[in-house]
Amino acid sequence: MRAFAARHPIWSAILGAFALILLYLIFAIWPEWLVDGIGRKKVFLNALFNGITLGGLYFLVASGFTLIFGLMRNVNLAHGSLYLLGGYIGFFIADSTGLWLLAFPVAFIVVGVLGVFLQITVFRRMEGQDLRQTLVTIGISIVMADLMLWGVGGDFYNITPPRWLSGPFETGLVTSQRVRSSGEVVTSYLKYPSVRIVIFAASLVIGLAMWLVLNRTRIGMLIRAGVDDRDMLSATGARIQLVFVGVFFFGAGLAGLAGVVGATFQSAAPGEDIRFLLASLVVVIVGGMGSIPGAALGALLIGCAEQFGSVYFPTYAVVLTFLIMVAVLAFRPQGLLGRS
Amino acid sequence: MAMPEITDGGGARPSVRQEDRLWIERIPAPYWVAGVILLIIPAFASDFIMFQIFGWTFILGMIATSLMFLGGYGGMVSLAQMSFAGVAGYMVAIFGDSAIDTISMGWPWYITIPLALMIAVLFATLIGWLAVRTEGIYTIMITLAIAAAFFYFTRQNYDIFNGFQGFNSVFPPQLFGVDWRRPIPFYYLTLFWATVTYFAVLYVSRAPFGLALQGVRDNPRRMAALGFNVTAHRVAAYAFSALIAGMGGILLTWQSAQISPGTVGIQPAIDILIIAVVGGMRHPVGAFIGAFLYVILKTFAVDFLIAVGLSGDRFQLLIGLGFLLVVFFSEDGLLGLWEKLRASRNRDPLTGEVRQ
Repeated sequence: MRAFAARHPIWSAILGAFALILLYLIFAIWPEWLVDGIGRKKVFLNALFNGITLGGLYFLVASGFTLIFGLMRNVNLAHGSLYLLGGYIGFFIADSTGLWLLAFPVAFIVVGVLGVFLQITVFRRMEGQDLRQTLVTIGISIVMADLMLWGVGGDFYNITPPRWLSGPFETGLVTSQRVRSSGEVVTSYLKYPSVRIVIFAASLVIGLAMWLVLNRTRIGMLIRAGVDDRDMLSATGARIQLVFVGVFFFGAGLAGLAGVVGATFQSAAPGEDIRFLLASLVVVIVGGMGSIPGAALGALLIGCAEQFGSVYFPTYAVVLTFLIMVAVLAFRPQGLLGRS
Repeated sequence: MAMPEITDGGGARPSVRQEDRLWIERIPAPYWVAGVILLIIPAFASDFIMFQIFGWTFILGMIATSLMFLGGYGGMVSLAQMSFAGVAGYMVAIFGDSAIDTISMGWPWYITIPLALMIAVLFATLIGWLAVRTEGIYTIMITLAIAAAFFYFTRQNYDIFNGFQGFNSVFPPQLFGVDWRRPIPFYYLTLFWATVTYFAVLYVSRAPFGLALQGVRDNPRRMAALGFNVTAHRVAAYAFSALIAGMGGILLTWQSAQISPGTVGIQPAIDILIIAVVGGMRHPVGAFIGAFLYVILKTFAVDFLIAVGLSGDRFQLLIGLGFLLVVFFSEDGLLGLWEKLRASRNRDPLTGEVRQ
C-alpha cells in the first residue's frame, strides 16, 4: 500500500479523498442541501448496502470463474449454468428438508462433482486448445439451460431464509434526524435485512480463506505456480492434473454455492444463468483475469454501480456496468489488478 | 453449395496451363452445379421454401461469413457480429420508413442504406479497437459483453431505438417496380448479396490485406517485426466484417419486416457463432452450410421432436447437442470432418501413405 502511494501520489490522493467523502456520506447526518441535491440518505445507504452485498454475491460467482481461468486458461462459459443449477439444488434441498444451511454444502458438492466430471471427460481431452474449450462450454451451457428448463420449468424459485435470519438488522447508522413541532428530536436508524449481512460476511470469510489458502499453503503455492507457468510446474513433477481437478471442483462448487445465495437474495429462474455469466465476465474483465483480489474489487465496483445506477439513473443502469468495463478496457486492458 | 476446390480445375488437362484457358473454363465444376441449382430453385420450390428457408439461410450465412472472416482469417472470434448487423438494421428503420413515424425519418433508400452500412462500420471500428486490445480467448468474452450491452441499450433506449418494441413495417424499397419482399425477388436479392459476400471474402482473403491478416493471425510478433501494423489490420478486419454483417442485417430486417432488441439479443449472437463453428471457419462456404443446417433444424425440429415423442420446446437441446458433437469430434466443423474424410480416403489403408 505504501509502495502504491509512493508510485502513484495523485491516484492515492484521489482515492483517499473519495474514501473520506464516502465515510462522511455514511456517518454524517445529511444537511438540507445534500438531501435536496441527491435525495434522502436512506435511499443512498440502502443502495450502498445493496451494492456491497450484491458485490459479495458477484465475488462468489466470479472468483470460481477467475480461478479456473487463471490456472487452466479455460473460459468456462457454462459457469452461469453451474450457478443456476446450484440455485435449483439449493431450493429443493431447503424446501424438502427445511434446513437452509444444508443447502450450501449439498449444492457445493453436487455442482463441484459435475465440474470435475466436465474437466475429466471434456476439457482434459482438448487441453491447450483454448478456443475449442470455450466453444464446448457454450454448447454445455445451452444444453444445461434447456435441461433445467425441462426439469423444473420456467417458474421463479425463491429460497426463504430461516426465521432466525429473516428479521431486519439494526445497523446503528443514522438515516435522518427531524425536529418535531413539539421540540422532540426524532432520529431514525437504518434497518437492513440480516440475511444479506450474514451472507455478505460469509462471502468475506470465503474470500479471506481463499486468499490464505492461495498465499500460505502448499496447495496454494502449486496453484500460483500453475497460473504463472503451467508447463514448468508439470516439468518439476507436480501432479498438475490433480491440481486441475481440485481447482475445477472448487471453482464449480463456488458457483453452486453462489447459486444458493443468489436464490435466497433474488430467485432462481431461466435467464439468471446468462445474467450471472455476464456479471462474472464483466467482473473479471474489470478486476483482471485470473486475479482473486481483482475479482473482489471488480465485484464490489460492479455491484455498487448496478445498485447506484438503478437508484439514480434507472433507465441505463445495466449499461452503466458495461461502460465501466469499456473504460477499463480502453485505459487498462489487463484489468485493474491484472498483470500485463 | 460448392466445395472449395478452386485449383482442382486444371487437374484433368495437365498439359494446358491454367492461364491459357478462357476464364469461363477455369470455373470448377462444383461452382457450375451449385450456381445452376441455386438459380433454378424458384422454378419448383414453394414460396415458403424460397422466402423462409433459402432467404433466411443466405442472410444468416452472410452474418456468419462475417464471423468466419474475422475468426478464420483474423483469428478473432467475435460474438458481436449480430450487433453489427443489428446496428445496420436499426439504422435502416430509423432513417428510412417504418410504422413508428415519430422516429423514422423516411429518407430515400439510396441515402439510408449507405448511411446504415457506414454507421455499422464505424460502430464495428470502435468495438474492434476496444476488442483487439486483448487477445485470443479474451476477445470472445469482451465481444459477448459488448453484445449484451448493445442488447440492453436498445431495450432501454426509447428516443432512438424505440425500446422493447423496436420498429415494425420496415419494408425494402420498390425499386424498378418490383416488390422485393415477394418470395421470388427476395430469393434472388438475398442470393445475389450472398454470392457477392462469398466472392468478396474469397477475394479479400487472397488480396494483400487478407494475406497480411492471416499472417497477423499466425504470428503477430513476426508481422510487427516485418513492419505491418498489427492493430490496424485487426481493426480493419472488424470494419470489413461489419460491412458484410451490416448487409445481412439490413436484409434480415426486410425479411421479418421488423427489428427489435430480440433480434440482437445474446441468443442470436450465440446462434451466429454456432452456425459459423458448425459449418467450419476455414472457408466462407462453411458459414452457408452451417446456416442451411441451422435453418432446416429450426424450421423442422419441432416436427421431428414431436415425432420422436418429445415436446417441441426441446429445440435448444437439439441445437446444443448437435453443436457439442460437432465441436467435440472436429476441430474445424463440418468442413474439417469433410477434409478428414477425404484425407483418409486418399490414404493407402496398408501403408498409411498418401496416394498420388
